[in-house]
Amino acid sequence: MKLYLKIWRQEDRTSYGKLADYTLDNVSEHMSFLEMLDMLNEALVEKGERVVEFDHDCREGICGQCGVMINGRAHGPLSNTTTCQLHMRSFKDGDTIYIEPFRATAFPIIRDLKIDRTSFDRIIAAGGFISASTGQAPEANSIPINHETAEAAFDSAACIGCGACVATCKNSSAALFTSAKVAHLALLPQGKEEARTRVKSMMNQMDSEGFGHCTNTEACEVECPQEISVLNIARMNYEYNKSRILEK
Amino acid sequence: MNAKIPEGKLSEKWSNYKSHAKLVNPANRKKLDIIVVGTGLAGASCAASLAEQGYNVKSFCFQDTPRRAHSVAAQGGVNACKNYKNDGDSVYRMFYDTIKGGDFRSREANVYRLAECSANLIDQAVAQGVPFAREYGGYLNNRSFGGVQVSRTFYARGQTGQQLLLGSYQALMRQVAAGRIQLFSRHEMLELVVIDGKARGIISRDLETGEIERHSAHAVVLATGGYGKIYYLSTLAMGCNGSAIWRAHKKGAYMAGVSWIQVHPTSLPQHGEHQSKLTLMSESLRNDGRIWVPKKQNDTRHPNDIPEEERDYYLERRYPSFGNLAPRDISSRAAKERIDAGHGVGEMKNAVCLDFSKAIREQGKDKIEEKYGNLFRMYEKITGINAYTEPMLISPSAHFTMGGLWVDYELMTTIPGLFALGEANFGDHGANRLGANSLLQACVDGYFIAPYTIPNYLAGELKTGKIDVKDPAFDFAERKVRRQLGDLMHIQGHLSADYFHKTLGKLLYDKCGLSRSKEGLEEAIKEIKMLRERFYKELRIPGDGKVNSELEKAGRVADYLELGELMCYDALTRNESCGAHFREEYQTPDGEALRDDQNFCFVSAWEYKGKDAEEELHKEPLEFTEVELAVRSYK
Ligand SMILES: Cc1cc2nc3c(=O)[nH]c(=O)nc-3n(C[C@H](O)[C@H](O)[C@H](O)COP(=O)(O)OP(=O)(O)OC[C@H]3O[C@@H](n4cnc5c(N)ncnc54)[C@H](O)[C@@H]3O)c2cc1C
Ligand code: FES
Repeated sequence: MKLYLKIWRQEDRTSYGKLADYTLDNVSEHMSFLEMLDMLNEALVEKGERVVEFDHDCREGICGQCGVMINGRAHGPLSNTTTCQLHMRSFKDGDTIYIEPFRATAFPIIRDLKIDRTSFDRIIAAGGFISASTGQAPEANSIPINHETAEAAFDSAACIGCGACVATCKNSSAALFTSAKVAHLALLPQGKEEARTRVKSMMNQMDSEGFGHCTNTEACEVECPQEISVLNIARMNYEYNKSRILEK
Repeated sequence: MNAKIPEGKLSEKWSNYKSHAKLVNPANRKKLDIIVVGTGLAGASCAASLAEQGYNVKSFCFQDTPRRAHSVAAQGGVNACKNYKNDGDSVYRMFYDTIKGGDFRSREANVYRLAECSANLIDQAVAQGVPFAREYGGYLNNRSFGGVQVSRTFYARGQTGQQLLLGSYQALMRQVAAGRIQLFSRHEMLELVVIDGKARGIISRDLETGEIERHSAHAVVLATGGYGKIYYLSTLAMGCNGSAIWRAHKKGAYMAGVSWIQVHPTSLPQHGEHQSKLTLMSESLRNDGRIWVPKKQNDTRHPNDIPEEERDYYLERRYPSFGNLAPRDISSRAAKERIDAGHGVGEMKNAVCLDFSKAIREQGKDKIEEKYGNLFRMYEKITGINAYTEPMLISPSAHFTMGGLWVDYELMTTIPGLFALGEANFGDHGANRLGANSLLQACVDGYFIAPYTIPNYLAGELKTGKIDVKDPAFDFAERKVRRQLGDLMHIQGHLSADYFHKTLGKLLYDKCGLSRSKEGLEEAIKEIKMLRERFYKELRIPGDGKVNSELEKAGRVADYLELGELMCYDALTRNESCGAHFREEYQTPDGEALRDDQNFCFVSAWEYKGKDAEEELHKEPLEFTEVELAVRSYK
């Protein structure tokens, strides 16, 4: 198929960017979206033009490094699918496709479609862990965890940190990302000890990074490749209020 | 080369080592700097553990955050001999399975230690909050993996690597917050700095600004993962590379088992020219899936239309006692044999069927969905096919490198002060790795071994003082890096780095892949030399010296073009078949690998001798005191 691409090109963090037009022929429906960009870049190399920079690594939907806005939707037209797992069979001959970076104040653009998501790292560093140093662990089966709890903790822990939730949210809120970690750890007996301080410092960090507040539009859940539920956000608020009340 | 295996009985060696390892006084630890390149399971766990002890750690990765290291992609599980299932598992049995699985080409002492530390890793991970699968009573659950007859694999649905990695990433970030780890993501190590024979630092490139930086330390750890991406089409991530270890190799660190590359039997088949990746379908699927091809050659019917009696369950037929759970090397080779004989299925006739109809009939769809739901979903996302109603199509794909930097029992390379951990070292897996053993190895290296052996080395470094980045060795290394980058940018040919990468990959699949021959390897060596010459004439890298993915790729491909040649030499000089290394000249009448213990019971370790000079082969003899060398049979 033949495609008309409008791709965001921007030199660096401080310069202005704009959409540039490209036409790409002979795209096969079996190709993944990123393989389509590879094909474009291959053609740009031949012409000696600077390639379109985009982030990606595993190309199997688990590392969370890929992610662009495709026709205004985070990770493209399919729900709950990373950009790397999107295939060209979702498009048709003659389509015009707008490709832009994930946009949020807390995600500065580095170049073209590459963004800086280290704000997520700092949220984790603020408390998204259990303080268990190497060598201190007791026998694993000494604390049974019922099947449902373990499964629920897994559901929250499955987040890949791609940032689609932020990109799709009209407030650029990182509530889904942050709450998934808060819930994962608060559900497990090992994580309960630090639950009170964790939720506060992670939420404070989230705010200070410039992410917006959650107004419960639930758009994030639709785009999340791991189908992380917005119930995590409710849980985070519950944990937060609990910690405030217990403080008093 | 001295492997430094401690004295004593096999079961006591590691305890002996630990009781005698030198310690560094807590007050002195903050005077010692350690560089850890890599934030996968091996790197993150090592960095976190050393920082917890009080050392200054600098941690590097090329991704935008440490949490994306390719360990994240491991699906199936991690082995540990907890014997929770009471099915006869023990440290010894796990040790034996691993040695046998590796076709008796690994060190007894290392493998024993791996098994010994395995139980502790599960404790560690659970304490960090890794949500492993649980039974209804609340206790941890297990499943079985290829090559063994007990159930010792712990798993977190199909995302075990991700969950383990998040555990160590979080431990790492805790130390970042505590100020004991400095994090350098989007940084690529481009050179190792050696001063007076010791590893003293690295030169790295900031992948955003393009800045070339100097970092010094008293010890350098490479935990940079495997180089299976050399085949281009593989189960690895796009950025996985051999550059860090290759550049260390050129600075004097030996490489061992270089051509021992595991080809995984169950990945999605190639379907077209532009494909960049072969996605793995976890081996755990083989617990319930049955592998078959049509008995008739070139059968074009849809798999569902082929009646039971016209299907050849070739693994069950050839290896009745292990059946679909035969080890990876054997399963992959058996698949290739059937495909080459014209029984392949799918559009390109390059696949075999992995069929769940029997399991679904017997256990119900719900049970199968609970065990493998995310894998079936992933299969559908990529292929558009619902595998609950028809077989998955799978084929072999390059996956894991048993080879890597040669290390001694302390995980130190032949350069003092340079350590290699995880998939980046050669080692515990011999000539073939058992499924679910490498997450384990990466974690054990980082959490439990390096935290003893690195301080043991550092104890001798207390008087060294800060390492100065103005040392002439840093000038020299930096100049070399700048020259290489400049040279690559200036070629101004017309072909992309990917073109060369793909060409090399195809060549290696054909001649240094699942099966190898003297003739093919000799051809490959010539062809790689020619391809390398073309690379330096015809490559083109547009753009500037800042964010430039073409430049990053070109540097990696330049290294692959040298490493690939060494792989072929390594395979050519090993006149036997063992594990993943199958030389067509050395096989039994029924097509099984023919090992030669008389002449090849050693590790091949290669020493770099300079540009265009042939590498020198060193042999580390493998001595087996505890196990008897046996023919590895899974029949
Ligand atoms: C798809 C897949 C599935 C797997 N499934 C399983 C499984 O179920 N069970 C199992 O036991 N094993 C499995 N494995 C194998 C296992 O995941 C790996 O062997 C293991 O995770 C390797 O960990 P590592 O820490 O050594 O390397 P990695 O996790 O690959 O980390 C490498 C790190 O090095 C960094 N790096 C590399 N080069 C440079 C450089 N030049 N400069 C700076 N940084 C650099 C990267 O940024 C990264 O942080 C699987 C492997 C794959 C590919
Ligand atoms: S590239 Fe890893 S999730 Fe898309």
